[in-house]
Amino acid sequence: MAAIAALSIAVSVTATLVAALFAIPGAFWIVHGRSTGRVLLLGFFNVGLGFPPVAVGLLIAFFFWRSGPLGWFDLLYTPGTMILAQVIVIIPLVGSLAVIALRTVDATLPHQLAALGVPTATRRRLLLREAAPVLAACVVAGFGRAIAEVGAAQMTGGNIEGQTRVLTTATMLAVGKGEFGQAFAYVAVLLGIMAVIAGGTLVLQARWR
Amino acid sequence: MKTLAVCSLLWALLSAAPSAAAGPSVILATTTSTQDTGLLDDLVPAFERTSGFQVKTIAVGTGAALAMGEKGDADVLLVHAPSAEEVYMSRGRGLSRQLVMHNAFMIVGPPSDPAKVKGIGIAADAFKRIVAAGSPFVSRADDSGTNIKELALWKDAGVTPAGSWYIKSGSGMGDTLHIASQKAAYTLTDDGTYLAQRSTLSLLPVVEGARDLLNIYHVIVVKPIAGRVGNLAGGQAFAAYVVSRAGQQLIASFGKEKFGRALFTPDAMPASR
Repeated sequence: MAAIAALSIAVSVTATLVAALFAIPGAFWIVHGRSTGRVLLLGFFNVGLGFPPVAVGLLIAFFFWRSGPLGWFDLLYTPGTMILAQVIVIIPLVGSLAVIALRTVDATLPHQLAALGVPTATRRRLLLREAAPVLAACVVAGFGRAIAEVGAAQMTGGNIEGQTRVLTTATMLAVGKGEFGQAFAYVAVLLGIMAVIAGGTLVLQARWR
Repeated sequence: MKTLAVCSLLWALLSAAPSAAAGPSVILATTTSTQDTGLLDDLVPAFERTSGFQVKTIAVGTGAALAMGEKGDADVLLVHAPSAEEVYMSRGRGLSRQLVMHNAFMIVGPPSDPAKVKGIGIAADAFKRIVAAGSPFVSRADDSGTNIKELALWKDAGVTPAGSWYIKSGSGMGDTLHIASQKAAYTLTDDGTYLAQRSTLSLLPVVEGARDLLNIYHVIVVKPIAGRVGNLAGGQAFAAYVVSRAGQQLIASFGKEKFGRALFTPDAMPASR
């Protein structure tokens, strides 16, 4: 149980951090940049919100099957492919939420700061600090989707004991085995993890204010 | 700081896999019934301990497992649909195929037995009776070994199963039993999965021990495809292990403690029985 929960957290935290690394600078670019490519990225974020995890999982599995184009990496059924699938699933979510968050902050603040004669670099830093609590909430939403996801985890991980079995796929297996008590225990741990993360975010946000 | 800790944790997880030592890990494609009974939880770790190979077990239906072998996506198969396996071997996609073990299929149904099939000695006749009574029947409908067996029995019964009474679950054996239980329907199951789960089911065996209900498992070593990742030595070692004395004894004793009787009968070493 502890190993399964730890793997769930490790995979989803890594996927969330990697996704945030792409999504948040992307969102900054969309809100503050000038190039027209911003529209394409925003479009990708918005369309990507609807990516079904099973579709992403199937696509990743297709590429990483031994018979697939990237089969020689021998990466299928490892945490690596699970992380990859989760990154693709949550980048659009974190990205589009971050765009909304940055726009809300943006509406009044930049003009006020500019009027006060604050230099651009300092202005960016102040904006980031102002947006940080909301951006944290975006990242937490991404983590929530990643750790709760089952279709892509099953297809890219294979639910292998001690290697790729995470809380969601373990729950499905326990139900298949008729071990309902065990299934409820996995779900309870999953909910507990989310409760801790959500609580932690609240505390952080309160401190930032 | 936190990022660093998480990354190092993940690195530890990824590098803990001893894949570099024995080449790529061995991919075993097998059926949901071997996983849902819990047999693999005993068999695979025992093999890993004695051989040093690392196994990735992918539990799918027999049809899907054979398809994985066909494409070279697995190294070794543990499957239970002799007719489909023979077709597979005739295509030259297997290096070897060995008898491992058997258990039996059984027909289970609601305790009230509305179609009155209890005690019928031939499964195909019981199927005819279920259709005549219009009782619901849950089919795996997933090209698994159990599903292939079920369709063969319908053929023997001279019935083309279709209609609202014929429920296609598209799920593994464990899930299908629960669906049948909730819908008060009949279904075909391997006896191992049923025995492992009967405490959570309101289903009773109605036909068992019939001649046309034998469930036979073979292990097949997949013929590697040139230039593709694979672990032939690992696949051969796994096949050799399940038919070895140690593997067969493990199969013979599996389930005795937990369910009061063995769930599979080993067939590779008759003398050891």
